[in-house]
Amino acid sequence: MSDKKHWGLLAQYENPATVTHAAARVRAAGYEKWDVCTPFPVHGLDKVMGVPDSKLPWAVLVMGITGSTFMLFFQAWAMGWAYPMIVGGKPLFSIPAFVPVWYEVTVLSSCVTAFLANWIMNGLPQPYHPAFASKAFERVTDDKFFIMIEAEDPRFDGEKTKALLQESGATLVEELEA
Amino acid sequence: MGTPTATMTLPDDPNLRGDVVLPEVIEGREPLVRGDHDFHAITEMVCKVNEAPILQTPNGLKFGIALAAAGAAMFGGYVGYLFWEGPGIWGNNTPVAWAWDIVNFVFWVGIGHAGTLISAVLYLFRQKWRTSINRFAEAMTIFAVACAGSCVALHTGRIWMDYYLFPIPNQMGLWPNFRSPLEWDVWAVNTYALVSILFWYTGLVPDFATLRDRTTIKWRRFFYGFLSLGWRGSMRHWVTYEKAYQILAAFSAPLVLSVHTIVSFDFAVSQLPGWHTTIFPPYFVAGAIFSGFAMVLTLAIPARQWLGLKDVITIRHIENMNKIILLTGSLVGYAYGMEFFMAAYSGNQYEGFTFLNRMGGPYWWAYWIMMSCNVITPQLYWFKKIRTNVKITFVLSIFVNIGMWFERFVITVTSLHRDALPSSWDYFVPVTEVLFLLGTFGLFFFLFLLFVRFFPVIAMSEVKGVMAQANPHWEGYGHAAGHAHEAAHHHTEAPAIGGAIPSTAVAGTGGHS
Repeated sequence: MSDKKHWGLLAQYENPATVTHAAARVRAAGYEKWDVCTPFPVHGLDKVMGVPDSKLPWAVLVMGITGSTFMLFFQAWAMGWAYPMIVGGKPLFSIPAFVPVWYEVTVLSSCVTAFLANWIMNGLPQPYHPAFASKAFERVTDDKFFIMIEAEDPRFDGEKTKALLQESGATLVEELEA
Repeated sequence: MGTPTATMTLPDDPNLRGDVVLPEVIEGREPLVRGDHDFHAITEMVCKVNEAPILQTPNGLKFGIALAAAGAAMFGGYVGYLFWEGPGIWGNNTPVAWAWDIVNFVFWVGIGHAGTLISAVLYLFRQKWRTSINRFAEAMTIFAVACAGSCVALHTGRIWMDYYLFPIPNQMGLWPNFRSPLEWDVWAVNTYALVSILFWYTGLVPDFATLRDRTTIKWRRFFYGFLSLGWRGSMRHWVTYEKAYQILAAFSAPLVLSVHTIVSFDFAVSQLPGWHTTIFPPYFVAGAIFSGFAMVLTLAIPARQWLGLKDVITIRHIENMNKIILLTGSLVGYAYGMEFFMAAYSGNQYEGFTFLNRMGGPYWWAYWIMMSCNVITPQLYWFKKIRTNVKITFVLSIFVNIGMWFERFVITVTSLHRDALPSSWDYFVPVTEVLFLLGTFGLFFFLFLLFVRFFPVIAMSEVKGVMAQANPHWEGYGHAAGHAHEAAHHHTEAPAIGGAIPSTAVAGTGGHS
């Protein structure tokens, strides 16, 4: 299996139950470069696969605090220092009047970060993926469930890996080219 | 496969099925998806609307789009006329300086709130029934906020000066006044618009991928391929995706409350009798949700009929929405009563006059339209017969829409037309404002119908996720899956699997076991 164009194997499963069982077997066999693709998040499957928790909330926390702090100081600076203006006899640093915008910008910076970090952390947009060449894979966004194992995985062995996928209940096993 | 009891009592005709009220048999709840659907059937049901060739668009939809496009075009012409002539084309004058422009703004932004409530608040409360209607409702939010934004951007008069609202460094060293509720409003509405779009788009990506994978037509493949960002349903992606979705929901929930609170500050922070009350923020938020749910029903009831989505948007969804209308409608009714009580109890003669003038003054008709539509209408929903009747619900939802528009008219115009000095009393007479309101409706429906035509109107991946079959431990798989893979359990690390699946799977099943 030293063919350079060979990317890995793609196996199709019919329902969430079989794919979950198969994923448990693939993980137990020690594979590392593999993935499960499903039409909707199958709950519990990430734990079976051993996918670690997402780091995304940390990015949101950091950027949320940054945006929030910036906006508080920006308002204080603009109203109290850059162009000091007394409105309604209130002090220049009238924090309560700054709360609404401060709050909105906290939400804004957190949400924009969550949105961008979601795509960045997932490596999207990615217009091409070897699996897109497969006709069967077109149903991954419909009703079929897939496991793919990359040939680069140290434990990958063409015949043995194929056998594992077939035994685990795959209804179809295909080879993918890079 | 649904639950046996459910399929037994359902008529075969899918056009009737969604309207039949099931006796409460299935563990106290109706299924979220009616009938004998598997995952593929959901995909087919939702995608067939988007996949029809352009020229074979159903005639009703074609006619609707054409009519709405005419309205939107009229709105464009109207805006040009407004640019040319200035706001003198309106009937606003001192003391009624705010009229239909602001009434329309508050009306539209309020409608948007139900969408966010459905997508965010119900998501956080794990209300799984939201999955059938959230896409609709979010789209409604975005288009309603677009209309609200155009009203508020146009009401400034000199529209080309609107950039003053934003903190853009300029040659005069001026900054916007961050202590003004009107400036708070700029931030609230813009944040709300942007966050709603991000949330909506995030939810749409997996469904765009479905349309991309199904199509054989080149432009569609490019269009949906571009929008779906190469989504391939990887479980490693879903983990981060769901986290991002959760966070967007968690921030949207307080955002929706803050936006209408800040809109109410536009009124409440000023010192005008009729506006200057602390009850405004909760009262406005309740009213916004009330009107928004009514608009969701106004849109969803014809849509489920025409697009054949009755098995996904069932009578249970309609009943649940009616219950929320009943709750928020009662809150609004309570707020009306409390405003009157405070006006009397405060002993302030100006406050007292304003409220008596609302009831019996020159705008008594607006007040009584508001009262009958907003206070009486929702109370009918105490009766299950009415709550579960689709036709009556549709009619009542329109009454609520009318009532809530008049509420904003009553608050804005009647509080202004009688100043403290009788010599400056005046009436507000709409001149070209009717076109303004019709134009925003044209814009709203134009955008909404294009959305219905080209975007998946039901969040397919989410609906599939709440179906009984989505649970790997669903009884339908129990025998086959368990038997064939008994060996797998023995060979593999049992604790990791056995420990992880049941706990998370139970959380994901909702009403089904």
